[in-house]
Amino acid sequence: MSGPNTEYDPVEVTPLKADEVEAMREAAVAAIAAATDLESLKVVRLEHVGDRSPLALANREIGALPPQARKDAGQRVGQARGAVNKALAQRQVELEAEHEERMLVEETVDVTLPTNRARRGSRHPITLQSELIADIFVAMGWEIAEGPVVEAEWLNFDALNLGPDHPARTMQDTFWTEPADHHVVLRTQTSPVQARTMLTRRPPIYVACPGRVFRTDEYDATHSPMFHQVEGLVVDEGITMAHLKGSLDHLASQLFGDGIDTRFRPSYFPFTEPSAEVDVRCFVCRGLDSASCRTCRGEGWIEWGGCGVVNPRVLVACGVDPETYSGFAFGMGIDRSFMFRHDLEDLRPLFEGDVRFSSAFGSEI
Amino acid sequence: MKTPLSWITEYVDVPDHVTTEELTARLTMTGLKLEGIHSPGAEIAGPLVVGRVLTMEPEPQKNGKTINWCTVDVGPELNAAHGTGEAGRGVGIVCGAHNFAPGDLVAVVLPGGVLPGGFEISARKTYGHVSSGMICSAAELGLGEDHDGIIVLPSGSGEPGQDVRPLLGLDEEIIEFEVNPDRAYALSLRGIAREVLVSVPGATGFRDPAIRDTPEANDEGHPVVVEDPVGCPVFVARTVTGFDPSAPTPEFIAQRITAAGMRPISLAVDVTNYVMLETGRPIHGYDADRLQGPIVVRRARAGERLTTLDGTARTLSEEDLVVTDDSGIIGLGGVMGGETTEMSATTTRVLVEAAHWDATAMFRTGRRHKITSEAGKRNERGVDATICEAAADRVVELLTTYGGGQAEPGVTVVGTPPPMPVITVAADRAARVSGLDISEERAVEALRAVGCEVSGTGTLHVVPPPWRHDLTDPQDTTEEVVRLVGYDTIPSVLPKAPGGRGLTRSQLLRRRIGRTMAGAGYVEVVTFPFVGEADLDALGLDEDDPRRTTLRLSNPLNSETPGMTTTLLPALLRTAARNVGLGTTSVAIFEAAPVTLPRATAPAPILPVDRRPTDAELDALTKALPDQPLHLGVVATGEAESAGWWGDGRPVAWSDAVDAARVVAEALGLELTTRPADTAPWHPGRCAALLLGDVLVGHAGELHPRVCSAFGIPPRSVAAEVDLDVLLEHAVHLRPSPSFSTYPVAKEDVALVVDEHVPAADVEAALREGAGELLESIRLFDVYTGEQVGEGKKSLAFALRFRAPDRTLKEGEASAARDAAVRLAAERTGAVQR
Repeated sequence: MSGPNTEYDPVEVTPLKADEVEAMREAAVAAIAAATDLESLKVVRLEHVGDRSPLALANREIGALPPQARKDAGQRVGQARGAVNKALAQRQVELEAEHEERMLVEETVDVTLPTNRARRGSRHPITLQSELIADIFVAMGWEIAEGPVVEAEWLNFDALNLGPDHPARTMQDTFWTEPADHHVVLRTQTSPVQARTMLTRRPPIYVACPGRVFRTDEYDATHSPMFHQVEGLVVDEGITMAHLKGSLDHLASQLFGDGIDTRFRPSYFPFTEPSAEVDVRCFVCRGLDSASCRTCRGEGWIEWGGCGVVNPRVLVACGVDPETYSGFAFGMGIDRSFMFRHDLEDLRPLFEGDVRFSSAFGSEI
Repeated sequence: MKTPLSWITEYVDVPDHVTTEELTARLTMTGLKLEGIHSPGAEIAGPLVVGRVLTMEPEPQKNGKTINWCTVDVGPELNAAHGTGEAGRGVGIVCGAHNFAPGDLVAVVLPGGVLPGGFEISARKTYGHVSSGMICSAAELGLGEDHDGIIVLPSGSGEPGQDVRPLLGLDEEIIEFEVNPDRAYALSLRGIAREVLVSVPGATGFRDPAIRDTPEANDEGHPVVVEDPVGCPVFVARTVTGFDPSAPTPEFIAQRITAAGMRPISLAVDVTNYVMLETGRPIHGYDADRLQGPIVVRRARAGERLTTLDGTARTLSEEDLVVTDDSGIIGLGGVMGGETTEMSATTTRVLVEAAHWDATAMFRTGRRHKITSEAGKRNERGVDATICEAAADRVVELLTTYGGGQAEPGVTVVGTPPPMPVITVAADRAARVSGLDISEERAVEALRAVGCEVSGTGTLHVVPPPWRHDLTDPQDTTEEVVRLVGYDTIPSVLPKAPGGRGLTRSQLLRRRIGRTMAGAGYVEVVTFPFVGEADLDALGLDEDDPRRTTLRLSNPLNSETPGMTTTLLPALLRTAARNVGLGTTSVAIFEAAPVTLPRATAPAPILPVDRRPTDAELDALTKALPDQPLHLGVVATGEAESAGWWGDGRPVAWSDAVDAARVVAEALGLELTTRPADTAPWHPGRCAALLLGDVLVGHAGELHPRVCSAFGIPPRSVAAEVDLDVLLEHAVHLRPSPSFSTYPVAKEDVALVVDEHVPAADVEAALREGAGELLESIRLFDVYTGEQVGEGKKSLAFALRFRAPDRTLKEGEASAARDAAVRLAAERTGAVQR
């Protein structure tokens, strides 16, 4: 198609006349402006910019002109094609923007539709609370000790100064395993973990022992044959009841809020002496307006657990020299703590496995 | 221990300004915890007054009953207010009781009054009269169970119209204490009063009810032989003769023992209980006329029998201490008397026994025969051995005062109280243990206040008083000192632990497992580990399935579930069923908990406690315990993805259960492989054995339809159970960083037709091996069965990706590797490329 035109007089080439070129340019620009969407612009592009478009054809004629005329015609056609291309690009951008805008509008969805296609999981609130308590101790530099729930009688009782005839053994209603003369029980407390720790490690010992324990309590709103305890044990040089108080005050404030502390009342446990019941200050009324307080029932204090100075007899049975070391121990119910921390009147939901209950707590308490 | 406050203050003076609340708060802080303050009259309201019976006319009724139409003087004002009686002298009351006579003083509740139980009194027409009130029995006033008759007040005890509450103790404050098992002395007024003395500021003037002049022992009393002075170190016997068995119990005794929770029975019995409450010393009374010959105290012979007061025939053990006479055994010493010498309504001679018994023997006998009694409770915890004579004398005094008898001159005293131990303790021990600044003087003062004899300086020699059997060690005296100085003064000091290691790796990983499962959409539950035959049957376990061998409890709460479970699944399936029953149709739950796998073991030794056990002894303890591996149990039912505006839901499938196990393994850096398994409780064709390398770690898949129906959950529910201990043991630690090639990837897809029984995992493994080291990954992306591959066949489509670590693959390299892979798969599994 290209190549010298020898068929006709180049001077007479109509398409290269200035007014003709101008008309072509105007027609093209008008068509571009008239294109309303990208599809019609595509057609316009073919018609006015394509190989067979008037300006393209005119451009092809330039070669046929005498040399002195080429420069002039070339400039004229070139400018026209440039203007058309520019208009086309500009329109392209405009129409693309319009198209995108329209598309985004069309793709609008109702974002208030439900999105819960996949199941939601959650952890058990008692597990979460055990971990929370463990973290409080770990932050103090303590470690978390564990042991078996089916335990040797000696570790559950004898090593803890609960001899076979100790009246306190009847305080704890123990599940015994068969045969009875195998002396294996379901641990009634996490204290055997303390004994195991002392038997296998040298002081200083700073451990907390959370875990499941068992008593032959009929299952009701406030009793369960299985529940959870956390016990603490410190054995070091120069340990006193003041350290016990300090540790429990710290735990109380971390678990129940700043300023929540504990008080001791004399009590009796075979494994500790002196022994104390530990009450935690009511974190709801703070003891200020107890009369109407549901949580502490007007006491200002909530019974929390037991504690004391490790009985030297226990230290001896566990191989710790009571002349060099002293220690303290404490224990409290995790379920019970959960109940008053979260205003739960009946503990059974903790063990019934209704997924609605655990789900309500998600993965944080 | 419950007692009226007024009984306590009979033995100790408390300043007037000390309120009951302050008094009990102080006692609570020194170890005698207040359980509650009760008032027996709390439920009574309105006019309850003394009335004098003026007239009573018996009127037989058609129903065979005879009622008394009475006129009762209730004082001028109340007579006027309620007086419908004759001549305005009193009120008319219909009364069904007959144990009174004109002139008696009685308790009258008038219209407007309210009795316990919300029983409102009004004037009402009955038996042809208008009865303007009620003459009350003790039971009607909440003062015991005596319905036999109305209360007749002692003559001269009050004037008509006077409030009767103080006369009946209805306005008393009854204080209930929780007494710790080591403080048996506080199970008596004597002990409580002493605690008030040492605990309540300003309390003075302690009057010990056990200090009294007692007659000298002589040979004229009832003969007693103690053959076992260890079991019974002291035996005192006194006799009262000419006793009137019908004499009523004085009101104050009846009220006080009722307040303490005991039922008044007869003067003789009530007096022994009263003195026990007063002094802490249990007393036994015999009908002396029914005794035959001397009393002999000894250990029982095996097989001997005794019917105790409660009517139970008991076979005795050689450890039991018994009281005998010529007729044989007449009592279980210190625990419960026998029927043959029991005091009765005809007893006129009473032999009073005040004996000291060995506490351990009492505890064992009580436990062996399952007897709990007020006497046993005190005897097994330790009683003051030195007050037997005083207590017996007090009983004799009360019996003769109120029962009209005479003390016989004979006083039998056998044995002497065992000595109390001497405790040697550093004077500063209490200070060192408590962290308090306690001087030696303060420590000695505290010990003397509770009755100890203290000598020495620097090192104290402490002899506890005879009622404090709980004081045997330095730590015991330490507790005494600290509690009296005050637990509330102990400072709060946080101990400085050495740098800790934080959570152990296993603890961290278990938390990760919990979070992973929650993240995968499972809800954690906590279940009881008890299991029974019915559960194991419902799982469809074979007769010889090892999971049927459970560790059994001797005393299960529920006889249906006597074993410690070997699998978490029964409890999880029950839990799933409960949720479905509650309307939660899609349930996905998990639990991570130990199971108990019994093994043949020797018994756990009972080791000594006076030294550390040897390592061999500790090893024996550990070996006696069952295996208790941590398991993960998973159950899901309903939809894995719910239906919604986006379209259909997706029901849970066997693959969800397998994936739950895989997700947990991956959280620990491990990869599980599967192979077909046929294991209960799973569907035999839809159960995967889960393997870590060659180690079986659990099973997962769809549950057997019969299992679903047995547990009441929808068919096609799924489950998994995995041994987490094995996974935790192999969890990847310190994994080296991986590196990835950045050269272009070459992708090859292959579709292989195999017999439908060939596991896809086998085909994949063959492809993987055959493809060689250029293979980067392989993924099964489609399984097709149908006409195009023929019956009994399936087509498995795999996407293979090849890449070299150090160069771009040459033309044909990837396809050659693919061909090699297909060849090996064909060789191993009979696969044919489509």
